[in-house]
Amino acid sequence: MDIGFQDVGYTYQKGTPFESKAIYDINLSIKDGSFTAIVGHTGSGKSTVLQHLNALKKPTEGVVTIGDRVITRMSENKGLKSLRKKVGIVFQFPEAQLFEETVGKDIAFGPKNFGMTEKEGLEKARELLPVVGLDETFMERSPFDLSGGQMRRVAIAGVLAMEPEVLVLDEPTAGLDPQGRKEIMDMFHSLYKNKGLTIVLVTHQMDDVAAYADHMIVLGGGTVMKEGHPRDIFQETDWLTSMQLGVPSTVRFAHELEEKFKWTFDPLPLTTDDLARQIKEKLTSKGGERS
Amino acid sequence: MMDKLIFGRYIPGDSLIHRLDPRTKLIGAISFIIIIFLANNWISYLALIVFVLTAVKLSGINPKFFINGVKPLIWLILFTVILQILFTSGQTIWFRFGPIIISQEGLLNGVYIFFRFVLIIFMSTILTLTTMPLSLTDAIEFLLRPLNAVKVPVHEIALMLSIALRFVPTLMDETEKIMNAQRARGIDFGEGNIYEQMKSIVPLLIPLFVSSFNRAEELATAMEARGYKGGEGRTKYRQLSWETRDTSVMVAFGVLSVVLFLLRS
Repeated sequence: MDIGFQDVGYTYQKGTPFESKAIYDINLSIKDGSFTAIVGHTGSGKSTVLQHLNALKKPTEGVVTIGDRVITRMSENKGLKSLRKKVGIVFQFPEAQLFEETVGKDIAFGPKNFGMTEKEGLEKARELLPVVGLDETFMERSPFDLSGGQMRRVAIAGVLAMEPEVLVLDEPTAGLDPQGRKEIMDMFHSLYKNKGLTIVLVTHQMDDVAAYADHMIVLGGGTVMKEGHPRDIFQETDWLTSMQLGVPSTVRFAHELEEKFKWTFDPLPLTTDDLARQIKEKLTSKGGERS
Repeated sequence: MMDKLIFGRYIPGDSLIHRLDPRTKLIGAISFIIIIFLANNWISYLALIVFVLTAVKLSGINPKFFINGVKPLIWLILFTVILQILFTSGQTIWFRFGPIIISQEGLLNGVYIFFRFVLIIFMSTILTLTTMPLSLTDAIEFLLRPLNAVKVPVHEIALMLSIALRFVPTLMDETEKIMNAQRARGIDFGEGNIYEQMKSIVPLLIPLFVSSFNRAEELATAMEARGYKGGEGRTKYRQLSWETRDTSVMVAFGVLSVVLFLLRS
């Protein structure tokens, strides 16, 4: 399912003295089956853009197209619910949304709101626990007895249970340890690769962007500064640094090698494997030159 | 929805009213609610209206804010006014339909009640719009100080008040975040019948309680870690100082009371 923004703007508390413009002139497109990363420093309008992806907010200017639904300022609230089933959002610190007595019931909460029976919902929960790296023994436990990382996984399962076509993730690994971070990111990546989910990832972790995304949107000051393939955008290291964003460690490493040894990397390595392979190539060819 | 709440919202400014000592404003607003009951004819109400409008003007705040302050209470006000009109007996009858009698006195009383409500709301709105909530708790702490003598923990009460006020915006943000998360999971707040609406509150309230308790515990730990141990011997960062303008305002309230006393019939 494609999502597109045309000249989208959103102003908070429009028409009051507290009016403030959060985003303006936003044009972007998220293609079906893509892994899109949205980056931007604090206050760049990321969360406001996010809330337009499943019509939690309606734009005060412009048009948002979600699949075949067109959302404008005038759109009615009726029928937005079906959109929210198709576009699942995992908010930042999603463990704050847990409320049921048992993990199973909490995961089944979303599906039940979208018309599943209690039994089907619990079945779905049982299916999903292994996907997020937990097991069936968690079904009957209280979500409030779990560790932070486990709560995070339950909350993510609660969104996956709605079987969305597009999965939006707002800094899903914030506050997790490195191991947990990698596990969770790998899980999303396999959902993207194997289940064909469209993924939108909002993050500060440039390494994650480099490792997983095939499309990248840079937000700054409430509007889109750049949109394209991560490889092309990470080319402009100085510009990214001036946006307070930085580049992935692989790219930084490559740049340092370029400076020290006058090497050029083409294409820019985005993953560690890629970087290692390119260095090896250069070393073997350079090794031949010396003598 | 939440951002339309005007009550308790401080608007920064540098007017005479802003610069008054919070104690002056608090005493003023409370005594106004008392002396407004002195008024009982149109000339005394006129005096009150002039007094309040002068204060509104002096505060330098857009009158629209004051009108907005009245809006949420308008049904309560109209209800009271209508009861007043219907159930005041009087000599000059203007309209009679079965048991419903509308007299001149009733109408007049209705108008008075209406103005009494509006003026009290305006006056308390001036207080909340021009005074930082923290200054207000300072004022409350100062005014309650005599109760220390009968072992009322005044400092703790004031601290609780200021913590509560401090967390109102935080809780509102939190509420909005959780609402968004649950809406994304298919809940429609404010739709469906009463039973459904009540049910939709549960996924909002439980996470809010959980996070509030966690937050309270963290705050308590952080305070103890920094050596907090109650009000004894504690000095204040914000000092209250009583100026000539505060005395003048108190005198103005005194004059208003005398004027009302003379004008009332």
